Amino acid sequence: MAWAVTKRTAFYLLVIFIVVESVFPFYYAILTSFKSGTALFEVNYWPTMFSWDNYAAVFQNGSFPRNLLNSVIVATLTVALALLFAVTSSYALSRVRFRGRSLLLLTILSVSMFPQIAVLSGLFEVIRVFGLFNTLWGLIFSYTIFTLPFTVWVLTTFMRELPLEIEEAAIVDGATPWIIITRVFMPLMWPALVTTGLLAFIAAWNEFLFALTFTSSNATRTVPVAIALLSGASQFEIPWGTIMAASVIVTVPLVVLVLIFQRKIISGLTAGGVKG
Amino acid sequence: MAELELKDIHKSFGGFEVIKGVSLEVRSGEFMVFVGPSGCGKSTLLRLIAGLEDITSGTLSFDGQVVNSLTPSKRGIAMVFQSYALYPHMTVYDNMAFGMQLAKAGKDQIRQRVEKAAELLQITPYLKRLPKQLSGGQRQRVAIGRAIVRDPKVFLFDEPLSNLDAALRVATRLEIAKLHHSMNNVTMIYVTHDQVEAMTLADRICVLRDGLVEQVGTPKELYENPQSIFVAGFIGSPKMNFLNGQIGAQFGANTIGIRPEHILIGPGEGAWNGKVIHSEDLGSDSYVYVDIGVGDPVTVREDGSHKHQPDEAIAIRPMPGHLHRFDEAGKPMGRH
Amino acid sequence: MATETMGAIAAPAKPIKSELFLSRTRAAMIFLLPMIIALLVVAGWPLLRTIYFSFTDASMTNLAAAKFVGFHNYLSWTQLKSGKIFWSGVLADPAWWNAVWNTIRFAFVSVLLETIAGTVVALVLNAEFKGRGIVRAAILVPWAIPTIVSAKMWGWMLNDQFGIVNDLLLKLHIIDTKIAWTATPDTAMYAVLAVDIWKTTPFMALLILAGLQMIPKDIYEAAAIDGVHPVKVFFRVTLPLVRPALMVAVIFRLLDALRIFDLIYVLSTNSAATKTMSVISRENLIDFDKFAYGSAESTLLFIIIGVLTVLYIWLGRVNLEGDAR
Repeated sequence: MAWAVTKRTAFYLLVIFIVVESVFPFYYAILTSFKSGTALFEVNYWPTMFSWDNYAAVFQNGSFPRNLLNSVIVATLTVALALLFAVTSSYALSRVRFRGRSLLLLTILSVSMFPQIAVLSGLFEVIRVFGLFNTLWGLIFSYTIFTLPFTVWVLTTFMRELPLEIEEAAIVDGATPWIIITRVFMPLMWPALVTTGLLAFIAAWNEFLFALTFTSSNATRTVPVAIALLSGASQFEIPWGTIMAASVIVTVPLVVLVLIFQRKIISGLTAGGVKG
Repeated sequence: MAELELKDIHKSFGGFEVIKGVSLEVRSGEFMVFVGPSGCGKSTLLRLIAGLEDITSGTLSFDGQVVNSLTPSKRGIAMVFQSYALYPHMTVYDNMAFGMQLAKAGKDQIRQRVEKAAELLQITPYLKRLPKQLSGGQRQRVAIGRAIVRDPKVFLFDEPLSNLDAALRVATRLEIAKLHHSMNNVTMIYVTHDQVEAMTLADRICVLRDGLVEQVGTPKELYENPQSIFVAGFIGSPKMNFLNGQIGAQFGANTIGIRPEHILIGPGEGAWNGKVIHSEDLGSDSYVYVDIGVGDPVTVREDGSHKHQPDEAIAIRPMPGHLHRFDEAGKPMGRH
Repeated sequence: MATETMGAIAAPAKPIKSELFLSRTRAAMIFLLPMIIALLVVAGWPLLRTIYFSFTDASMTNLAAAKFVGFHNYLSWTQLKSGKIFWSGVLADPAWWNAVWNTIRFAFVSVLLETIAGTVVALVLNAEFKGRGIVRAAILVPWAIPTIVSAKMWGWMLNDQFGIVNDLLLKLHIIDTKIAWTATPDTAMYAVLAVDIWKTTPFMALLILAGLQMIPKDIYEAAAIDGVHPVKVFFRVTLPLVRPALMVAVIFRLLDALRIFDLIYVLSTNSAATKTMSVISRENLIDFDKFAYGSAESTLLFIIIGVLTVLYIWLGRVNLEGDAR
């Protein structure tokens, strides 16, 4: 009997540990962001003050709001383009038998495994040649290297699951592949599209290497780069309060989105992983 | 209505041949049933007629015109799928109208046809509902309605009743039969593994086995004159009794077959003596399983309600004229 | 039953090909073309260019004037007047091999710990208890936070002067002086590992959980009736059955870990103890304008990951086709 109680307690302690350990850094960042002045230099485990100074500093920074906007634009457009190309491609890859299909799927899978650095110099040249350096389009263009294979892969997995007979009924009704995609499959697939879009959005939002390398002015930078480069006047004056505030601003919408779409995200992640 | 002709149809999937040379004529306006055990190729054959699969070799003609290369929607066919295959996100009305919308028919024409079909199938009250709000039987009727709206020359049914429960199956069977009459006898091809459905619905039955046609004929022909042991055993429920060896030789054949409903109980000339293994009383009929000392137990049908005790001694004899004789190749040698 | 497949088979000359098959194949090709072109332009061509640059003396400021120099960037030697042979090139560069070692060390340790931690979390989530939803939501938080932000958050917590980690450890008497976690070579790797494990365990946990949930519950019930000890159940029943999902997750993560850049660049900039292959490649490419040299390093990294990917797909016999379609 005592053993059962001990087991239960140990289990719940583990649960509490997991929850605390997952959430604490974020909580602490929020806590810090509301401190200002010398309070920053004390270590507190619980909130001691509630000041908006840091947040004001972030927005007065000049380019931060612009950086937020840039991130939104780049992530949204990248995802929209990827989904557009991926929807038709995944139909071909999941519902039509043709020679070389497996090879193509394999190639797409391997592209998603590319280390980004391996294409960096090549992309650098391409972007310069097209005059896309230090533009948002340069980022949108380069982001397709990871958003496209990912969306194709996940959408193909989802489309495979759609029943064959519905497609056949549509064929008997006289539907062309385009009609099948737009009027029969898309309405059934929109949860998958939302999930895939969301996951791709998060990946694009998060991206750092290309954003760091292909932009050179504060006006075109995206949020991850902006935060990484937030600095004070000297090496010893790192504006931690401001950095935390910026971090919170950037993270809260993402966390909220992820929590709302929890189930869909989990199914999307595992569809790509387990079934792949 | 249309007349179909299948000439030496072969179908292979990769290296695996599923249809091994089927030639068949389906007459205009008839109700033809493809029946056979699992894996015999009946569904494949239906899908070849529909155009959902390519024919590997051989020709398929509708009214004399070869249609091998035509897409399904251009063949003038309509298909009712086993799982109904309704579009889940569309209302019943839209499900039925979809084909015509794609063919760019006028709104009024569409409405006319859809409403007429809905009335015929008594689904008018459901026109604005989604498939998930309907029961299995209702969905089935919507699937049939969708096919009717296409105004096809040939109706194809792919095991439409297998997903329904027993009572509903009988009721829907009746509906389908009535439908055939009310639609001016449009040509219908129906696939099932259930020989009762075949016997009750068909004008003619085509029995398939292992990708080949075993026999084509009216239900009566198949019942009274099976051309092989396989057909004899497949048609009729309960299954025909087969005896070979000594008893077969007695009648000058390799194997003899006698249906349970053609066996009389009681001593008499040519009777076999045995004992009861088991007896089933269904109220309207009874079935007795008798061990006559050789071969498998013989199933005997008795009219009315009877109960026999196990190990009861019993004598049974075949009705004259109803004993089928088969040679070593399983071919019929004439009845006795 | 309508379970047969759609479309055509690659069979030798058929007498009559249906319009349906032809039109579907044609449509498929048209549908695939934009995507294939996009991937060629964005991935295929740049990759080839990178490999090309590695064989030249290209410089960022003047890419067009790049001249072919063969394997010079990879390995070459010059003989000094004194007769000594002086090796140069990436393969002779101790900084490169240090980066390789860092990368491998990082990848194996992080994936190992993430797998163990992920399995524990997955087991917890697989159990039924009140508050399971909260735990699942909680573990998504580290995953949702952008890597850069995680790096900054942890950088702050690990700060030597004002960091909460030092504070806590001091209070618990685990250490006696404040440690500069991200600056000190000895501890920098631990810092990076800690953040990566914190951030990636949820992902592993979710993949493993999916694998766990595919195990039918009656197996556990049968084991319970047989009176098998839970630990034994785990090692003899659960683990073997979850192995496929586990393997997929592990190898996926391993390939990912080998190419890590963001975290290390932001958390422990310029620390030789944590520079991975990606970091050093970029440093040479962009910061030092040793463009061709950096391209060579990138190419080597690509080859390593490429070989491992091919091995993964070949050995794992990845089921690309799913169910028969």
